[in-house]
Amino acid sequence: MNNELIVTSSPHVRARDSVQKIMWSVVIALLPAVFAAVYFFKARAISVILTAVAGAVLTEYIFQKIRKKQITLKDGSAVVTGLLLALTLPPAIPLWTAFFGSVVAIGLGKQVFGGIGQNPFNPALVGRAFLTAAYPVLMTTWTVDGVSSATPLSQMKMDGISTDSWNLFVGQIAGSLGETSALALLLGFAYLLYKGYVNWRIPLAMVGTVFLGSFAFGADPIFHLFAGGLMLGALFMATDMVSSPTTKLGRWIFGLGAGLLVVIIRLWGGYPEGVMYSILLMNTAVPLINRYTRPRSLGEVR
Amino acid sequence: MKALTFKQGIHPEYNKDLTKDKPLKNAKRPEEVIIPLKQHIGAPLKALVKKGDQVDLGQKIADSDSFVCAPIHASVSGTVKEIRKVTDPGGNIVDAVVIEAAEEDKLNSGLEKHDSLDQLDSASIRKIIREAGIVGMGGAMFPTHVKVSIPDDKEVDYVILNGAECEPYLTVDHRVMVERPKSIVFGLKALMKAADAPKGIIGIEENKPEAIESMQDAVAEENNIEVQTLETKYPQGGEKMLIEAILGREVPAGGLPLDVGVVVNNTSTAAAVADAIRDGKPLYERSISITGRGINSPQNLIYRIGTNIGDLVEEAGGLKEDAAKVITGGPMMGAAQKHLNVPGVKGTSGILVLVREEVENYEPSPCINCAKCVDACPMFLMPTQLVNYAKNDMVDELEEWQVLSCIECGSCSFVCPAKIPLVHHLRLGKAQVMAKKREEN
Ligand code: SF4
Ligand code: SF4
Repeated sequence: MNNELIVTSSPHVRARDSVQKIMWSVVIALLPAVFAAVYFFKARAISVILTAVAGAVLTEYIFQKIRKKQITLKDGSAVVTGLLLALTLPPAIPLWTAFFGSVVAIGLGKQVFGGIGQNPFNPALVGRAFLTAAYPVLMTTWTVDGVSSATPLSQMKMDGISTDSWNLFVGQIAGSLGETSALALLLGFAYLLYKGYVNWRIPLAMVGTVFLGSFAFGADPIFHLFAGGLMLGALFMATDMVSSPTTKLGRWIFGLGAGLLVVIIRLWGGYPEGVMYSILLMNTAVPLINRYTRPRSLGEVR
Repeated sequence: MKALTFKQGIHPEYNKDLTKDKPLKNAKRPEEVIIPLKQHIGAPLKALVKKGDQVDLGQKIADSDSFVCAPIHASVSGTVKEIRKVTDPGGNIVDAVVIEAAEEDKLNSGLEKHDSLDQLDSASIRKIIREAGIVGMGGAMFPTHVKVSIPDDKEVDYVILNGAECEPYLTVDHRVMVERPKSIVFGLKALMKAADAPKGIIGIEENKPEAIESMQDAVAEENNIEVQTLETKYPQGGEKMLIEAILGREVPAGGLPLDVGVVVNNTSTAAAVADAIRDGKPLYERSISITGRGINSPQNLIYRIGTNIGDLVEEAGGLKEDAAKVITGGPMMGAAQKHLNVPGVKGTSGILVLVREEVENYEPSPCINCAKCVDACPMFLMPTQLVNYAKNDMVDELEEWQVLSCIECGSCSFVCPAKIPLVHHLRLGKAQVMAKKREEN
């Protein structure tokens, strides 16, 4: 034996998971949605996605460089943020807007809080919220190849026109890049579930609440399930580990709260869509939720 | 029979195949033993011998008047060479008696031999257990006679024997269960009588079918002892997990198994109790697994307490070229050693050697709140939150969030994708709360 023995504290074996593996698995899980976007929106989808991802990665790099921190691009978290943001954007969005959105997502949504693990909000949603506020028109123009159309949710909201649910499910609808095909999103989510890298309580609670809620208030529940960003939001954004609760009960509450907010905003609010704000609002409640849902430890009397 | 288990926990790789079929055999008798004078949780002992004394095998060489302690015995016949400070496997600096072995051993323990338990009452069984220096052999080294001394206001209905051996790699309890089932049952009956407990249960993880069969055969005639299979899951052998799994009882925080009418002992401890009662043999030797990919020929040995672990490693073919870490105990709760110049003690159940590629350099990254640690913790704590509190010296929060319930099982660190050494921080957190409590008193 030529080397010194290594001494560290127990345990001396570790599971094979790593942050990097988790993040890149999320990227893989988003691929079906990316393919669906490319299928429906062609080259346009590719340029928006690449721009957003590039914006996110570049911003992360520059921030870390300036603050003389370790460059952690290979952990994949910036790519995830860029991808997620891109999937919430309308295909016709000018590329500079997409880029700008990513800069805000990583800069304001993540790095100002200290980088990975510190952000109270889902960074992609911060980026999208910013764009929605700053460029409301660009964010709601659903024009592809010169043909303008309205999203199913705004058609419903404004004109009371419903969309065939099968089309909603597979994605034959107008909408942002990634919210069109629920099928593609579910496929990706199933992969993450299989890997054990995502929790199912939040999306189940959120989607379930929207389903039952819209049913209870006389809206078409199937429609509300697959329309708009609910699937993308519930499966991939509300489940963002950093900005969601760590207790099991907390996850139920988080999903339920987000779902209720979606129903309220969609049925009574001024916006056709409510997923983004619902999740962001629930993000603010996470420390509180964790605090009040701490499980009773084994043998604890309280 | 349905395999029982506790909630949460983890599934590490078990790696027991390296040694599980290797029968126990006696290690070479050492030429010198270095016997630390504290091999238990409790009061320190006083040496009963001095330099130059002749001692016999099994002769008591250290004891104390305190209740919570376990005396120490010579593990060879020979001459006391010196008493000096050594570092034990736990990293503590303790007094140790160094004995140079004589040509031959002569057992002289002063313990009487009893073929059956019939002539013994519970007090005399406890006395034998104490005089034989028996402690928990799973690693905790809590004096066994204390465990079975039931206060007047408590009643115990079960003695559970822990045959889970949930630490990966280790196959000591497994071999003892396969090779000495009758002794284990005898020891269990003695423990039951000592604790005045009507029933006994031997809990064994499903991944040890030979041990289960062997113990089932051994208890076939006993109508108040059962073998219970347990799911293979870490830390199934934790006292509180065993009780939860088998009886569905919850040991209150800060309390003892006694509080829910249970006493838990290790299967190897039970075998040692049998040896003490039937053969008048105190705890001067024990079984150990020498294992891991960094060992040339992994095996299960029976060694004299105080044998240098380096000698045991040699006997198992020595270290491989790329050996990088030597651990006494198992990989989840064992202690890494700086060198091999350490004496094996009563709680040393394994020497595990990992090779370089198994010892990654874990660079911790920030917590991503994934909650894997929360979902793994068998005590239902929130490790990520506790570590935050510990790092920020938030002692009140640490206490309120039950850091003292942490059993340091390592499940949280094991699963953490950010490779944060959670258990390390939790230990520091526990120490902070203990310090505060001491101050308050
Ligand atoms: S917090 Fe303590 S009891 Fe819970 S998993 Fe970690 S080490 Fe084990
Ligand atoms: S497992 Fe590690 S990264 Fe995940 S919540 Fe716990 S401490 Fe944080």
